[in-house]
Amino acid sequence: MTSYLIKRVLALVPVLGVVAVVVFLLIHLTPGDPAAVMLGPEASAADVQALRAQLGLNDPLHVQFLRWLGGVLQGDLGQSLFIRQPVTEVLADALGPTMSLAIMAELLAVVIAVPAGIMAARRRGTAADRAFMTGALLGISVPSFLLGLFLALVFAVGLGWLPVAGYRPLEDGLGRHLTYLVLPAVALGAMQAALIARTTRSSMLDVLTENYMKTAKAKGLSERVRIYKHALRNAALPVLTVVGQTFGTLIAGAAVVETVFNIPGIGQLVVNSVERRDFVVIQGVVLLIAVGYVLINLVVDVLYSAFDPRIRVE
Amino acid sequence: MATVIPGTTFRRARRVPALRRFSANRTALTGGLLVAVMAVLAIAGPLLVQDPLAVAAEDRLQVPSGAHPFGTDNYGRDLLARVVHGAAASLGTAFAIALITSVLGLAVGLYAGYNRMVDAVVMRIADGLMAFPAILLAIAIMAALGPRTENVVIALTFVFAPYVARVVRSSVLAIKEQTFVEALQAQGASTSRIIWLNIAPNVLSPLIVQATFIFADTIITEAALSFLGAGIPPPAPSWGNILLDGKIVIYNAWWMTVFPGVAILLTVLGVNLLGDGLRDLLDPRYAKAVK
Repeated sequence: MTSYLIKRVLALVPVLGVVAVVVFLLIHLTPGDPAAVMLGPEASAADVQALRAQLGLNDPLHVQFLRWLGGVLQGDLGQSLFIRQPVTEVLADALGPTMSLAIMAELLAVVIAVPAGIMAARRRGTAADRAFMTGALLGISVPSFLLGLFLALVFAVGLGWLPVAGYRPLEDGLGRHLTYLVLPAVALGAMQAALIARTTRSSMLDVLTENYMKTAKAKGLSERVRIYKHALRNAALPVLTVVGQTFGTLIAGAAVVETVFNIPGIGQLVVNSVERRDFVVIQGVVLLIAVGYVLINLVVDVLYSAFDPRIRVE
Repeated sequence: MATVIPGTTFRRARRVPALRRFSANRTALTGGLLVAVMAVLAIAGPLLVQDPLAVAAEDRLQVPSGAHPFGTDNYGRDLLARVVHGAAASLGTAFAIALITSVLGLAVGLYAGYNRMVDAVVMRIADGLMAFPAILLAIAIMAALGPRTENVVIALTFVFAPYVARVVRSSVLAIKEQTFVEALQAQGASTSRIIWLNIAPNVLSPLIVQATFIFADTIITEAALSFLGAGIPPPAPSWGNILLDGKIVIYNAWWMTVFPGVAILLTVLGVNLLGDGLRDLLDPRYAKAVK
């Protein structure tokens, strides 16, 4: 197990290296002088020169990269050009709403999708199963921001049950917090739910044909015990993997959903930073999410192999 | 001559007329029809509708009517014209991206799968690029390049080509162990001959399926980018930027959200169905594994 762990962590080094290089190079992808692009067309030549010096753009590329990487490794992501605050502080402020939204979306998805997937597997081939599979396909085909707009149109504009947009922090009370979060969470969680439900169904189908399921039936165990105690436990691993691996995608998806509902999270921060050409903040967000994504996958992989030693052989 | 392993590609499927097999698969047929309708709309539609850029302040935010079947937007522009021209923009961009990523991913995947040295370097880079959630990397690249349609193509090629390369590579890894490759090597066939003439035809099925799904992903991602203001720049219509305009007036003009939204939905659904169907047709092993 220890050697497997070491191998998995070492395998991350090149991936994280590429992530760092890509994030660093983002600023240099701009056509022309990055400093001039950031300051906009009205900026004077002197201002551009000052910013070039501040960002260290006059040094050779590898020097800039090493300096930037050194800062990142010490937790310094630079200074936002627009808000004039350290990027880490800006990120910390924006992370709360995003995490709230992502966790709620994931919870909703799991609560709906796992029972639905189990039901579809048990009634495989019936009308209920087909309806379910169609629903899951629809879920995968609707982009979350589009679902968000449709939900806002129906439940906020049409029926007036829920607010059309906005965010209330948890300190304002759980009720208010959730009222504002329900529509975005459903919008964000739908695709996740579809993926989890499909995986649950196919994983359950695999398990249900196993010999030990026949044994359980022959022993006279009730269907309830067979499904929830024997089958679900064995079918749970692939489901957990999907939940873990797609959590990073969920956070990225939150970027777009936040814009639909005006939630002041990471996503809105990125979109605003694009408008303000605040590359330092964009770099920070992209780096944070990519590294988070890689680390979550590592944790999922390691947990997976701890539960099921057969995996490590591959 | 191209070498094809029996049972792995559509070469064998051709013995039963391909079209009949395709139309017997209801998933593929439904998806194909939906995509075909959208494609015709995108190609021929712009010739039939009004000018999507003609501003008419007195016609602002009109409900759908005979004169404007989809209503008008907040500048009084005909929404039907904008959605139809948006179809051309969205499908055109997505098609270009699917094509470029396929060619690029095929080339990279073939060499990576065949050559260990290339594999070690190239696939690490691909892994690194795939560590970024697609939409986020796309936003970041667009932020640097600036909002232009060509840049959307560049950004999304970066984002999606690694996925194609990975699929092609893993197919190549299996194929290159086959006896016919060994035989070719023994005959002294050149690497590029083996790769392009003998291995490439065998990876076409997974490549086509993957390209279809990338087409769907691209439609969604481009719409999201344009919705965020980092994609196809206004005033040129795209489904995403119509939705962005519509969001501001969501209380007054449901049609600005519903029509472009349904267009995206039908297209993505069609492409996904087509992809599922093609996978069943082209890869019988996968179809069995799922059922």
